[in-house]
Parts: sequence; C-alpha cells; structure tokens
Amino acid sequence: MSTVVEGLRYAESHEWVKVEGEYAYVGITDYAQNALGNIVYVDMPEVDDEVKKDEEFGAVESVKAASDLISPVSGVVVEINEKLEDAPELLNEDAFGNWIMKVKLSDIAEVDTLLDAKAYEAICE
Amino acid sequence: MKYYDKLIFELSKEGRRGYTLPENRLKQYSMEELPASLKREKELMLPEVSEFDVVRHYTNVSNKNFGVDTGFYPLGSCTMKYNPKLNEEMAALPAFTSLHPLQPEDTVQGALELYYRFAHALAEVSGLAEFTLNPFAGAHGELTGLMVMRQYHIQRGDLKRTKVIVPNSAHGTNPASAAVCGLEIVEVKSKENGRIDVEDLKPLLDDTIAGIMMTNPNTLGLFETEILEIAQLVHACGGLLYYDGANLNPLLGKCRPGDMGFDIMHINVHKTFSTPHGGGGPGSGPVGVAPALVDYLPNPHVKKRADGVFYVENGDKASGSVSGFLGNFGVMVRGYTYILSLGKENIKMVGPLATLNANYIKESLKEEYYLPIEDICKHEFVFDGLADKSTGVTTLDIAKRLLDYGYHAPTIYFPLLFHQSIMIEPTETESIETLDEFIHVMKVVAQEAKDDPESVRTAPHTTPVRRLDETTAAKHPILSYRDLLKEV
Repeated sequence: MSTVVEGLRYAESHEWVKVEGEYAYVGITDYAQNALGNIVYVDMPEVDDEVKKDEEFGAVESVKAASDLISPVSGVVVEINEKLEDAPELLNEDAFGNWIMKVKLSDIAEVDTLLDAKAYEAICE
Repeated sequence: MKYYDKLIFELSKEGRRGYTLPENRLKQYSMEELPASLKREKELMLPEVSEFDVVRHYTNVSNKNFGVDTGFYPLGSCTMKYNPKLNEEMAALPAFTSLHPLQPEDTVQGALELYYRFAHALAEVSGLAEFTLNPFAGAHGELTGLMVMRQYHIQRGDLKRTKVIVPNSAHGTNPASAAVCGLEIVEVKSKENGRIDVEDLKPLLDDTIAGIMMTNPNTLGLFETEILEIAQLVHACGGLLYYDGANLNPLLGKCRPGDMGFDIMHINVHKTFSTPHGGGGPGSGPVGVAPALVDYLPNPHVKKRADGVFYVENGDKASGSVSGFLGNFGVMVRGYTYILSLGKENIKMVGPLATLNANYIKESLKEEYYLPIEDICKHEFVFDGLADKSTGVTTLDIAKRLLDYGYHAPTIYFPLLFHQSIMIEPTETESIETLDEFIHVMKVVAQEAKDDPESVRTAPHTTPVRRLDETTAAKHPILSYRDLLKEV
C-alpha cells in the first residue's frame, strides 16, 4: 500500500509540495511511484526555468510508460535534484525523501489551493 | 525445447570461413587512394564461422521465436491475424523479386500496375480519393499524413494553424508524429463511456487548429458514435480530420473512414491486410486523402495514361518525398494478394468476425477480469486487471503467466486510461476452439491468483529466461558484442 505524509500539500496529479519560507520542494507521491513501476529516467527542468501551476515541468519514465510531471506551484526553478540524473530509482525507494525541483514561489497563496494529506489520501482510494 | 543462448560471435574460430570470394579484378586499385576520413581506424570485428555454423545457429535462435504461426497472439492494437502463405508465394515470384527500382518504366509495367491497383483498392475500402503507398510503416504514414495536413493549410496561406487535437486514449504515436511534424498537441478528454467528450472538444476548436487525430474504433475498441458531429465541428472551424488506421480491421466492408468525414488516413497494411510484422517483417503505411488534398501527397506518384501505360510522376505541390522510390514493394504484393484472394464478398466478413471473436472473449471473462466499460466492443477490448483486486496479482504477472501456457501476452498497461490495462485482440482468423482454450487458461490464471498468488507473481517458470531486469536494460543497455566484452 502507498503512504501519504502529513504536513505536505498535494496535487491531484500526484505531486507533493513542501514549503520552506518562499521556496517549495516538489516531488512525486508514493502512490505515483507505485503506479508507474520501476523508474528509469527523470526529465527535469533547468535552473532558472519558469514553471507555472498546472503546467508540465518535466517527465518521469518508467519501464511501463512515460508520464508528464505537472507543477503544483508557479515560480522559478532554483535547484534540481541532481542525484536523480544517475539514480532515478531513488523515487521508487523513497518518493517523499527525494524531491525533484526546488522552486522560488511567485505566489505563495497558490499552495493553499492544494490538497492536504487527508484529502489526497481520499482521492487515492 | 532445447536451451540455446549462444551469440554468433561466441562460435567464432579464427580463420574459419563460410565463403569463397572470386578473384579480385580490381588489382590496380590501392587502399592508399582512400581519403583518410573514410579509412577504418579499428579492426573490424566479425564472427569467423562456417556456413553450417551459421545455419545451425540461426535455426536454433529461430526456434525460440513466438509468432502467429506458433500460437495464439492476442496482442491488442496489433491485429496479429494469420498471414496466408499465398501472399508469400506471390511476393516471391522472380518477376517481382528481381526488379531494380531504377529500371526504365517500360520494363516494370506490371509492378507499377500492382501499385496503382492496390492504391485504388485501398481508396475503395476507405472511401477516400487517392492513396500513396510510399510510407514504410504506420508511424511513417502518420507523419506523412500530417505533412499533407500542414501543406494544405500552408498552400492556402493559413499559417496560424499549428495545433493538433489528440484524444487522451490515443496511440502514443499520434502525439509523437504531430510533434515531429512541428505541430503542438492539445489533448481532448474521454467521457465515462470511453468516447471523446464532445463538450470538452468544442472550446478547443478555433482558427489555430490544423486538425484532429482519431482512431475509430478507439483504443478501447469502442466505436466513436458521435463521429459525424465531431467531423462537422472540426470542419466548421477549418480543421481536418486524420484517421489512424491501426484499428481499421473491424470496419472492413462495413463502413468507411471517408464516409465518416475523415480527410486523411493511413493504413497499416501489415495489420489489416495480413502481412508479417512485430519483428517479423517490414511494414507499409499507405496514406489516403480526400479529393481536395490529392496534390499534396508525397512524390513520386504512379499514374496511368489513357492508353493504359503506367508512369511515375513528381508533382510540384507535393509534401516532398518520404521514401526512396516507391515504398516497401514486397509488402504491397502481399497486401494486394490478400485483397484479391478474399474478394469483394469475403472482405466484408473480416470486420464482423473480428468483432464477434473479441466480444466472445470479453463476455466469457468479465466475471474474472474487471471490465471498466460495459459495452459492445469492436475488434478489441480492455480489462482493468483482475476483478478481485485483493490478491496483489498485477496485469504484468498475468501476462507473464500466460507465457507458461504457450500464449503470447496481450498488450498491457495501454491504453493509459486505466492502471492495469490488458488489451486483447483475437482477430477474425482464430477458431472457436482456440478462443475457448484461451478463455479457459485466462480463468485458470485468475483462479491461481487466488489460490497460489506466488506462482503467478514469479511467472514465467518454463521460458528460456524468467523475469528480466527491465530497469537495468533501460538504463544500461548492452547493444553490441563489443559492449558485452567491455562488461566481462
């Protein structure tokens, strides 16, 4: 069974957001990694790229399929998780422990429109 | 089956030969004259083997093959129908095999006539004006068709049409072909009943839309019942309709994409018209168009003069050229043979029988497997895994277990609308005995998933190799013997 972490915010497209000040870390949920199967490649944005809420910011490729990554927040990418370039399987091992991108938020209020853990858990059932 | 896993390189013995070359008549030619850029820097590594080694090696390797001639091959979306041997006999006629594409037209009249007649037969079954047979495969046909679509808009001076609408149930090749053609992809959603949501489509239609790509029946095997309204809406906004011919089989002789309002389509000759594919042979992806688009078909075209002489012509409005010469000719000979051997009367039975077979399997298994959309399907249908989700047995496990029972696996995890898709297409050429046997085995596997889930989760047990490490294969592929030597 997949797990959900309290305190994070979630998008219906199965990304999680962790807010730290004016920055947010974005990753995919345990449910997403479980549904995708073994992940072999993560197509990440570049630092300084602008991302928009509900728009694609990259893709995850598994042995089953390639799926778009949808950004749950708007802002500018300040860092990407370079560890995923060589070890995309980290997302399978610990989806919540491995973020994909760090974004400087342009509108922190957007985060409030995202689901909390309880609401996200409900849509995964 | 004998276990055999050697590579031809591993049989190599220095100095062993399987050939004798004629005397070199170019003695005056010196390797020194070759420009440095063309000279090989490393020693060429080729296996040194006898003719007998080669024959035995490849016979052993071919025995590991699974094809439609070996057993039932329910691979959804691929139309793995029987390929009649008469097709092979015709394609092997020396009058066809010994042709050269640069021969003068008056010496290849028969081949040009076959091209011309086959193209016309395809136009007749699909309700379109004209076909090019030049594209080499389905995806190549898609790209060609989209190039025609673009060319049509460009020639009218309408340059803002840069978007193509693709349903979320589409074959992955559709958005890929559109992207390669430089078009932007807009997705349209499906409704609960698996069909395109017309209400979701309407707001997308404006003067930036080049067209829509559809498969009908769609990838769930369901007929798009609102196709006439969709065609009207897309045409009203100035866009064109593209028909992905991958699922043409159930329509054969029953209805025609041209009559539904489609302007451009490709046909997978290797699916609908019974020629080898799936690693078993080259494909052919003819593209047909409505009258207004005929000039934009790629060069060269095969034409017929009033006196009955065939000739090859290049038009100046064409969307360039998509293949050297005239496509995969051998595949055309096979496809044309199939059409002629069935004839007008029997070709009408293909679609209904393919539809009957698919519905028979679907209805027989819907207790054991979860059928997300209850409806009459066409040539194929999709289950969403086992009905009983408590066993933990996934679609992948079921597919692997089927190999133990001597079946090719169905298409799995496609379409992406469901998490555990199993897509089954039996085709019209299977007997009721084969269908019953397969249904029985599918039921046995569903029961095993309950009684002994571990045996299904660890399947296959009887194949030459078990579960392969797909992650490593995708991340770190070893594609040549040279690469393999570096590993060990």
